[in-house]
Amino acid sequence: MMMTRRRVLALAAGAAALPVLQLLPTSAFASVEETQKMIDDFAGGQELQSGKLTLTAPEIAENGNTVPITVEVESAMEGDDLVQSVMILAEDNPRPEVATFNFTAMSGTAAATTRMRLAKTQNVVALAKMADGTVYMDKKEVKVTIGGCGG
Amino acid sequence: MEKLALAAGTALCLAITGFVIVTASADPVDDTLEIDGAEMITRAPAPEGHPFDEVLSGWLFREAETRATQEDSFENPGMLAVERGAEIWETVEGTAGQSCASCHEDASVTMADVGSTYPKWDADSGKPINVEGQINKCRVENMGAEPYAFDAEPQLSLTAFIKHQSLGKPVAIDLSEGEMQEWWEKGKEFYYTRTGQLDFSCSSCHEASMGKYIRADHLSQGQVNGFPTYRFNTGGMVSLHNRFRGCIRDTRAEMPAAFSDELMALETYVTWRGTGLSVETPAVRQ
Amino acid sequence: MSNAPRPRVKVPKTASAGEVIAIKTLISHEMESGQRKDKDGNVIPRKIINKFSCAFNDQEVFSCDLDPAISANPYFEFNAKVPESGTFKFTWVDDDGSVYEDEQKIEVS
Repeated sequence: MMMTRRRVLALAAGAAALPVLQLLPTSAFASVEETQKMIDDFAGGQELQSGKLTLTAPEIAENGNTVPITVEVESAMEGDDLVQSVMILAEDNPRPEVATFNFTAMSGTAAATTRMRLAKTQNVVALAKMADGTVYMDKKEVKVTIGGCGG
Repeated sequence: MEKLALAAGTALCLAITGFVIVTASADPVDDTLEIDGAEMITRAPAPEGHPFDEVLSGWLFREAETRATQEDSFENPGMLAVERGAEIWETVEGTAGQSCASCHEDASVTMADVGSTYPKWDADSGKPINVEGQINKCRVENMGAEPYAFDAEPQLSLTAFIKHQSLGKPVAIDLSEGEMQEWWEKGKEFYYTRTGQLDFSCSSCHEASMGKYIRADHLSQGQVNGFPTYRFNTGGMVSLHNRFRGCIRDTRAEMPAAFSDELMALETYVTWRGTGLSVETPAVRQ
Repeated sequence: MSNAPRPRVKVPKTASAGEVIAIKTLISHEMESGQRKDKDGNVIPRKIINKFSCAFNDQEVFSCDLDPAISANPYFEFNAKVPESGTFKFTWVDDDGSVYEDEQKIEVS
């Protein structure tokens, strides 16, 4: 599976001009390779499948410091048809890890919403691990705009 | 000077040393703000003498996720500050052994009109007074407590709590009291005076360029009916005078002090510019 | 009076047996990422909520491991299947070892 670093949107150009984002990194940004390694570790050799897992995120985030994301996996959430966990990664943040949701049969459905930080326009990746070991992936590009007003 | 890699449509841009107002514009959204089912007034006919026909809440200029966060009082993190303010309301402080509630009892009754009618004329100081000023006046004169420093966490939380009691009420300040009209005039003059290295006035962005974009920010009318406001940017509450100072800093001008005569005059004038809009405190903005 | 992290949870008061209900949680917390510097150029130490969990009658329902990329004032929305009346327990664990808790009862008919 190949991931290409997406072209940074023209909207976000001039990012260096104003310290708009709070999330100014002191270290280098995470690499696509680093993200790939985390995906491989999570998948444990399983082939990544698509379908079943849906990651919902705004196409354009009004502020990268607070971006709502929702993951949902089609599953009966009982017996063998159970989602164990969903990991969220961000390719171009200072670190790729965002969060890992752990579900149980008591969850009823494998769905969760949270709010995350995105340092710039990038892909957000979600991976779901089922009880039988299969792994699903979904990915969305979120464009992070640079506001005009830092106040 | 910053070097800007401009957005598409460079030719359409008016570049002013780092700030760019794109001539492209977008209408405010056609949407209704309901907070827990209660409808807010986000569009109101402008009062006489207003430059616009209609006053518009800043909520109408925000993206869907920002708007949605304000529509559910549970999802709105600004409500954490309101809850904290409710605790402060009940807390005894100072030498007189009093809390806000000792005198004012149930805030939902006694403070119901405060958020929609301040700033008011304060005959003692001969100036307009806002909610933050009234809180400090009460603390010093009635509670025997220290006044809050500007933007101290309890000042933000208590102000948010008090103004929230007026949620949904239309802004209506009384300019006939004392010298409010003179202060309104002073505020108007300040509003239209260009300042800073960028040579911007408040009206440059919020009147002449309302609906256009500064980089990716959709410029609103600069209404103040939702302050203190929760900002996604800082993940915290922002007071009105902090926002005033932030805007002025962005024009690269010297910033007047919070609660200075200049900014109290500006608060008086800008609050009037939002006459008829519902109090939205705590609003959610980007 | 303190300004300690303040949890809020929203759970329906009642449900029918086996119903899947929606739960929302929010806690006031700065989620200092450890990736920012102060005015003097020193790294501001990381201080985040690193674990959130929800249990019903002592059985785990949902949990989340959080990293610094979660926004200030962490917010979660998830579901729970309620077989019987009981108590939801919510736990947030801070980097400094502090644990913040909240509980909500639900009546199942």
